[in-house]
Amino acid sequence: MNAANTKTVTNDIQPITQPDSKGKLWREIYKNRTLYLFISPFYILFIIFGLFPIFFSLYLSFHKWSGLGEMEFIGLKQFSYLLSDTIFWQSVGNTFAIWFLSTLPMLFGALVIAFLLNTPLLKFKGFYRTAFFVTNVTSIVAVTIIFKSIFGNNFGLLNYLLTTIGLEPVEWLNSSFLVKVVIASMIVWRWTGYNAIIYLAGLQSIPNDLYEAAKIDGANLVQMFFHITIPLLRPIILFTVVMTTIGSMQIFTEPQVLLGNTGGVGGAGNTITLYMYKQAFVDRQFGYAAVVSWALFVIIALFSFINWKVVQKTGSK
Amino acid sequence: MDGKYSGLKKIVLHIVLLMGVFISIFPFYWLIVMSTNKTSDILRFPPKLIVGSEFFTNITNVLQNVDFFQAFSNTVFVSTTSAVAILFFCSLAGFTFAKFQFPGKKILFSLLLVTMMVPSQLSFIPSYIMISKIGWVDSFQALIVPGLANAFGIFWIKQYAEEAIHDSLLDAGRLDGCNHLRLYWNIGLPILRPALAFLGIFTFIGSWNDYLWPLVVLNDAAKYTLQVTLSQLNGIYNTDYGLIMAGTLLATLPLIILFIFFSRQFISGIAAGAVKD
Repeated sequence: MNAANTKTVTNDIQPITQPDSKGKLWREIYKNRTLYLFISPFYILFIIFGLFPIFFSLYLSFHKWSGLGEMEFIGLKQFSYLLSDTIFWQSVGNTFAIWFLSTLPMLFGALVIAFLLNTPLLKFKGFYRTAFFVTNVTSIVAVTIIFKSIFGNNFGLLNYLLTTIGLEPVEWLNSSFLVKVVIASMIVWRWTGYNAIIYLAGLQSIPNDLYEAAKIDGANLVQMFFHITIPLLRPIILFTVVMTTIGSMQIFTEPQVLLGNTGGVGGAGNTITLYMYKQAFVDRQFGYAAVVSWALFVIIALFSFINWKVVQKTGSK
Repeated sequence: MDGKYSGLKKIVLHIVLLMGVFISIFPFYWLIVMSTNKTSDILRFPPKLIVGSEFFTNITNVLQNVDFFQAFSNTVFVSTTSAVAILFFCSLAGFTFAKFQFPGKKILFSLLLVTMMVPSQLSFIPSYIMISKIGWVDSFQALIVPGLANAFGIFWIKQYAEEAIHDSLLDAGRLDGCNHLRLYWNIGLPILRPALAFLGIFTFIGSWNDYLWPLVVLNDAAKYTLQVTLSQLNGIYNTDYGLIMAGTLLATLPLIILFIFFSRQFISGIAAGAVKD
């Protein structure tokens, strides 16, 4: 213990007697070598599993490769194929449709729940928060399996309910539009509570006086919701929109477990990530799968850029 | 007059919230109904809509068809190891960033934040190829090691440590002759406990529910995690609802119990993380 103490003291003094600043820097770095060791695992692992794969992915995208044997350099061929690949563009359209169908009801529902939970002196608040959030803890595989039985074409619960009130059963999974509604409903179910919790945290920073003042002016709940809550939550709403968009572009588990690797009847439930997965791990086209992953990246980057522009615009207002 | 009015309003409020709770909870109820009834009772017309008594028959069916216990223990092992390892590496790095001065600290931390923006979908296929080249297919390392580079975790711990750990405590530790590692282990770690609790549960749940990556790197059924096993059950026993749902219930229940125990800390952690970002 004593030895360690004197060692740090001498190390602290030495740089002062050393006028050379470059030497001083190295000495400082050497002195703190254990600190660099403490933070190094992250950087080492990131280089191996985060950075290097990006360059490797670019390399792969110029090659045809089945996973075995030699890679064959084919230049930009796979990129030009992508542009005319109708299944790929269908998966882009499907992904956007699912994004559109899920985002609006999910975020609006979350806002309403957060607004209601923010009522002062509300009883059972802890119970409500747990009950709304528990859906997010459930695995997507489990959610999909349960929803598959609710929306089943022949023996689904929903079709049973439809027939008891005298309506015709609906072939949920065979309709190009309805299958997207089914996938969107799973996303809405799993993420509404999560977003509500985030909005609730934002709402708690809005002073209650504002609502009190509005009440005195005779505003009702709906007016307060649209004229106080939504404008003041704008930054957090935009944050959730960006996160939801990034997440939606990568939808995979719901269509894969619900419909299989090809995305169901006519590929109506095929998404970009599912298509990438199938190219690589079913069809063994690793090069082309890398091209699809770059297309996915470009789409996400473009979308995030648009979102960021919207944030700037509303910020300058 | 006014009190009566607000009382009525409160009731309406609770009714609206309870309708939301119904939508949120109903799929769990339906899962229990299906896993406790015979498949023929679910598929008949009209179906059984109440909890039945066939749960153990269905469970026996699951156990006869897949090695559920194996998948269960695989999942527990992978999730626990991931959580513990991430807690160690993130707290060590987060504490170092929060409480020590060293050349290049600012640049290194900015770099760490930038990595959060690097898209994961680009590294997905190359990561699989690398994993297979180093012979990690069908190994648990493949599920644990890549996830250890966790920028969010380091950021999270650093934010917490900056506020919670006072420099005077560390100075006192230095006077007692503690080196960096001892300062971390004896002074930092005990104070970081609440932040670690959230990060640990968050990692555990994420790892337990992960599907795409395990699906890709595990081929040997003896190595499957629960999510991959569930998806296999769903694919093979397509309409044997009793069996599939019993498996789904068993795979989901542990997490729900864990969540209900820690829901307070977990939910406030999620909210704080989002607002900080």
